[in-house]
Amino acid sequence: AVLLLGPITAALVILGRFSLFHPIQTISVIPTIACSKIALLGQLLHPRQLVNSAVHCVMGIVVAWCCAITIGGRYETLGYTCPQSDGSSQMCLNEYHLILLLAGAFVGLSYSLLGVIHNMNYISFHTVQQYKYLRFKGALPLVVKCSATQALYSIRNFIVVYFFLGYIPKAWFCKTLNLYLNSSVHPLDSIAGLLDLSLVYHLWISASFLLFTWHITLVLFRIFVTELYSFPVQSSFTEDAHQCLAKVLNEKQPMILKFLALQDLALLSQHSPSRRCQVFSLSQPGGHPHNWNAISKECLSMLTDLTQRLVAYHDTVATNGRAKSLSTGSERKTSSETSVTSGTEDLMSPRPTLLMKTPASVFARSVVGTPRTPLTAPFTPDLDSPFASPALRRLTAPVEQCSPWFGTVQSPHVKNFLAKRVLIMYLFNKLPEASSQALFADSQAHIWALEGLSYLVQASFSEDQFGVVQTALPSILSCMLVLQEAVDRHFKLPHASSKPVRSTGSMGDSTHKTLRFALRATLKTAIYRITTTFGDHLNAIQMSAEHRKRLQQFLEYKE
Amino acid sequence: MCSLALFPPPLPSGQTTLCESNNELLSGTTTEDQLKQSLKLHSRTESSSKAAFLDHSETLWMRSCLYILSCALVVPKWLSMSSGCILALLQKVSSFHGSLFPHLTLSSEDMIAEFSQVLNWSDCVVRAFAWHPHTDKFAVALLDDSIKIYNPKSATTPTLKHRLQRSVAAVQWKPLCASALAVACQNCLLVWHVDPCSLSTRPSSGCAQVLSHPGHSPVTSIAWSPSGSLLVSASPMDTAMMVWDVASESCVPLQRVGGGGVSFLSWSPDGSHVLASTPSALFRVWETRMWTCERWPCVKGRCQSGCWSPDGSRLLFTVQGEMVIYALTFTDTPGVGLCGGPQAAAVVADLSETTFNTPDGDIIVGGEIQSLAWDSTGERLAVLLKGDPHAADRPAIIAVFKTRTSPIFELLPCGFVQGERGAEPRLMQFHPSFQHGALLTVCWSSGRITHVPFYFLSAGVPHCGLSGSPSLPRPQTVPADFANQSLFTELMS
Repeated sequence: AVLLLGPITAALVILGRFSLFHPIQTISVIPTIACSKIALLGQLLHPRQLVNSAVHCVMGIVVAWCCAITIGGRYETLGYTCPQSDGSSQMCLNEYHLILLLAGAFVGLSYSLLGVIHNMNYISFHTVQQYKYLRFKGALPLVVKCSATQALYSIRNFIVVYFFLGYIPKAWFCKTLNLYLNSSVHPLDSIAGLLDLSLVYHLWISASFLLFTWHITLVLFRIFVTELYSFPVQSSFTEDAHQCLAKVLNEKQPMILKFLALQDLALLSQHSPSRRCQVFSLSQPGGHPHNWNAISKECLSMLTDLTQRLVAYHDTVATNGRAKSLSTGSERKTSSETSVTSGTEDLMSPRPTLLMKTPASVFARSVVGTPRTPLTAPFTPDLDSPFASPALRRLTAPVEQCSPWFGTVQSPHVKNFLAKRVLIMYLFNKLPEASSQALFADSQAHIWALEGLSYLVQASFSEDQFGVVQTALPSILSCMLVLQEAVDRHFKLPHASSKPVRSTGSMGDSTHKTLRFALRATLKTAIYRITTTFGDHLNAIQMSAEHRKRLQQFLEYKE
Repeated sequence: MCSLALFPPPLPSGQTTLCESNNELLSGTTTEDQLKQSLKLHSRTESSSKAAFLDHSETLWMRSCLYILSCALVVPKWLSMSSGCILALLQKVSSFHGSLFPHLTLSSEDMIAEFSQVLNWSDCVVRAFAWHPHTDKFAVALLDDSIKIYNPKSATTPTLKHRLQRSVAAVQWKPLCASALAVACQNCLLVWHVDPCSLSTRPSSGCAQVLSHPGHSPVTSIAWSPSGSLLVSASPMDTAMMVWDVASESCVPLQRVGGGGVSFLSWSPDGSHVLASTPSALFRVWETRMWTCERWPCVKGRCQSGCWSPDGSRLLFTVQGEMVIYALTFTDTPGVGLCGGPQAAAVVADLSETTFNTPDGDIIVGGEIQSLAWDSTGERLAVLLKGDPHAADRPAIIAVFKTRTSPIFELLPCGFVQGERGAEPRLMQFHPSFQHGALLTVCWSSGRITHVPFYFLSAGVPHCGLSGSPSLPRPQTVPADFANQSLFTELMS
């Protein structure tokens, strides 16, 4: 019964957490991508995140307390009676119990912070559909491995922290609870005390258990949320009309419903002839293809929206680049300034370990990234973070304006002043490819829209009895070709085509980092799907000469 | 029921098969001067310096560890005892595992040779061959681990070389894409992006994506989904089959324990099923919507090769150690996730040994089957027979059948495809979009690649999807003279 206590309590606590903080609020299908270090800091210090961290800490302590009781022995209670040298006895602090509780809190805190850095709240959809049980079975080994390794790293960090700062909580507990330190027992915040292998093992086991519970909850939640839901294409009753595919697709909120509807559209267009038939059908009184119109309109508007976003981004970058080349001699100064940056930031900044790459990448980023910081700021997606306010953006602007000065000044006094500025520069610099990732953050929706449209158009060649698709074919083709052009232009920008570092062995989902590549491949395949199906019939379609030229490239398989 | 007895006899030596026209195979003699370019030039030189070096499988780190361990003066007795016990236990377990699945003891080159669709893969000049699914270009993987891309419309033949491109077991072009070529290598999968408009003859290795997963090597078979969105890969060492999303370089392992690995994959042309054979007497047919599978245990050996009819409703496969072709029929049952199928496979052709009297003496044709290929119209089926390399009168040969899939499945004899004297067929593939019938490409042991066209008018309705635009209505031809020689029809069984 004592053994069961831990898991049951943990389960209760987790259930309690989910009712307190409704998952929709914290979990999203669109990743939040921090475009600069300061934005990431802003996310970490967001009030919501602070509450989240505090809750995780408390839960970590509760689970650690359960573990302490389950393990028993020397960990069981916080205080114990210790005999004094003069024969009397008093309550002493049991440091073993304390260290276990603190470890729990520390693991909870690091889990919560790493969750932000790794985008743990982002849910990605799988390209391969599988039944829930099989998917869970497949994810289980990864969960165990991740929990064990993450626990190991957390405990290592905790031991280091406890070695240096362990006296603070110890003194605090002694004071508030009126306990005494047993001088005959060896203190734990010493090298000899922390080299106790059995203690480290118990810390690790309880941390692994805690993380395993959280990870398994996360995995189960992801599996259930992303499960395929089949929306009816057409309902025979008016009261069910709001559940129809076209209706759900056209709604903006909640995002998860829209994503599920798009996923369903992509799958039905590929696998289900009977449901495709409903899409192509005409309304009974009137004879209008309402289903097809609604679906194609929404898909096309999403694609157009992405095209506009890409074009706008490209324009800002292009105009900025021209301005830069016009200013004389700024090139040399910028490069010397960056050498200062890369030299000092090692000393100055507490670096978030996972975001830093090689110094070379820092160097390259500050050369290319700095000049366009203020202009690309509107594309920073985390508008709800307190640090992304316009006031702060204005605050960053003077820094950039005076930046060409950096290379010319030499005196040590100014260098000291510069070092402070360099920290600000470091914090406000754009992360490489982050803005590109942010542009394509919700591209899973566009991928499904492209797949759904292209499969429907392909099927319409033989299945569309009333020719409802034919009327929309020119607009679909031109929309795709314009998007293709915008995507091609975007990939010519620096950092857009560089592959992200693959992170393995983490529970965070890094799918969002490669969404732009997936979109590019899907777009090309979608156009080829249409050109291969229709072949030379496409020549009968009205379109501009430029688009026709582009389409001819696809017809000859030269793209 | 011996199918080969009804075949026209093989050609006398020196004659080669040229093409099929008016329902018969035409032959002729070829002279050496017609030979433009032999691929033998690319084969690996015999005097390789490899033999001069010892093979080290341990990494530097492991070796230094071993060194430190051996240098340590005092090893506690209990430590040496317990580690000895653990080692012995591990050896027992691995040998037991090896006795369950004998292929696990093979070296990776031997394993590729064992499970490859190419006859005698290890000494074959052409290790893999792939037609582009939509255009007239093909990729050839050679013995020296390079890949060449030939395109009649372009003057350049790009050569693809990569540090990781070793022991190429299979290549395949991505459907609905002009440039992507997947390559199954010894340690990983490579996906090359070869720009068709580029004039470069040596694309840099930056054009290749490297896809690897721990424990998933050597890769012996790959298959793109016909929609071009997914790639599956198989390794006989790995019980999981990998489904790759190539653009994002992520994979989903589909794990099924039985069978000890996956050796051969084939995706049905309609995209609904995937055949996955294992090194033991078991193969699976996956349904691609929810990725569930049907198990098909075989009686005798493993499934050696298989091919799908163009509409994906019929699977033909061969079993190692048997001289017959089996067929499985799948019918789509809407609403049911699992693939609805028959309870047992039917034998459609018996290729047991048959003796033909030719002017050069008796020739024995038949036996075990190396690979099967079905053309995209579903009217010609090519079967590569292994023969016996040690007996001169039992050559490896390609037998071609005429097939019809609708309204009922029928198999008729067509003839043998033979090459020049001494050349043995190693690998064959049909052109996926040949306009005038079917085009069989054969790679020979001499390093030559020949194309054998089969000119006929397609009797079936034009097939949507692969062939693109519907062809013009053609007069339907019924091969009347073969109607009475039918080898297999569904009416018989």
